Amino acid sequence: MKAAVVVFPGSNCDRDLAVAFERAGFEVAMVWHKESALPAGVDIVGVPGGFSYGDYLRCGAIAAQSPICKAVVEHANRGGYVIGICNGFQVLTETGVLPGALLRNAGLKYICRSVDLKVTTADSVFTEGYCAGDVISVPIAHHDGNYFADAETIAKLQGEDRIAFTYCDNPNGAMADIAGILSQNRRVLGMMPHPERAADAAHGGTDGVAVFRALAGIVATA
Amino acid sequence: MKARVHVMLKEGVLDPQGEAVRHALGAMGFDKVTGVRQGKVIDLTLAADSSEADVTDMCEKLLANTVIESYSIELL
Repeated sequence: MKAAVVVFPGSNCDRDLAVAFERAGFEVAMVWHKESALPAGVDIVGVPGGFSYGDYLRCGAIAAQSPICKAVVEHANRGGYVIGICNGFQVLTETGVLPGALLRNAGLKYICRSVDLKVTTADSVFTEGYCAGDVISVPIAHHDGNYFADAETIAKLQGEDRIAFTYCDNPNGAMADIAGILSQNRRVLGMMPHPERAADAAHGGTDGVAVFRALAGIVATA
Repeated sequence: MKARVHVMLKEGVLDPQGEAVRHALGAMGFDKVTGVRQGKVIDLTLAADSSEADVTDMCEKLLANTVIESYSIELL
């Protein structure tokens, strides 16, 4: 089982994500943004949190144009698994792999604390380790986590059961309390909260570990 | 050739920064201000054989996120 973690200038959760993948049983390759291809045999690509290219222009906008992102989009289009966390979620919306966009938090503040999330669907490789309706505690750390999409897109996400996580107490103004969404084929997850920062008892909680464990279970048996 | 691109959040998309500016103006006594929208201006210096279509392409692909932003182009 192979995972690739993309590293942009400004990524700061890349190692945390790599460790979470490793603990779940993946062999991990770190891939620099200037690479134009993913290592052979990669099952899942992780786009980590951070501040790629300093958040210049818009969060994730410049990263989405990087050479490696073209390979990530192709991987997703081929049906490969991708997880984008925080800035990684912003990058995936900027590439168009996931719908919508992330706006400035409604309260204008950078928020860094643990929040309660509701697992909205257990029907994905990322959320199968939970039951729909479970409430988990996962850290957030973002200034631009306010999920926005037009009404039609929100209705489609709801109708297709593609909202993976919602906030119990919406911290940033996200539409429909959305914290994370799935692609149409359910193989791409984008989320603002950081499950990789809740994957070890030393982090103060392990509620995020099931995201990686469920994925590893499915990739191993595929 | 020079071009100026104005990027604005679309109508209907909450602009919390614009709202914060409106609040501040109100607190300063500028109570005639009923709305503030904040955007950005990007000035481009281009080769002489560039066209407005080139700039449109740049806006669509990078300078604006058309999910949430609108843009206008001014050739200078």
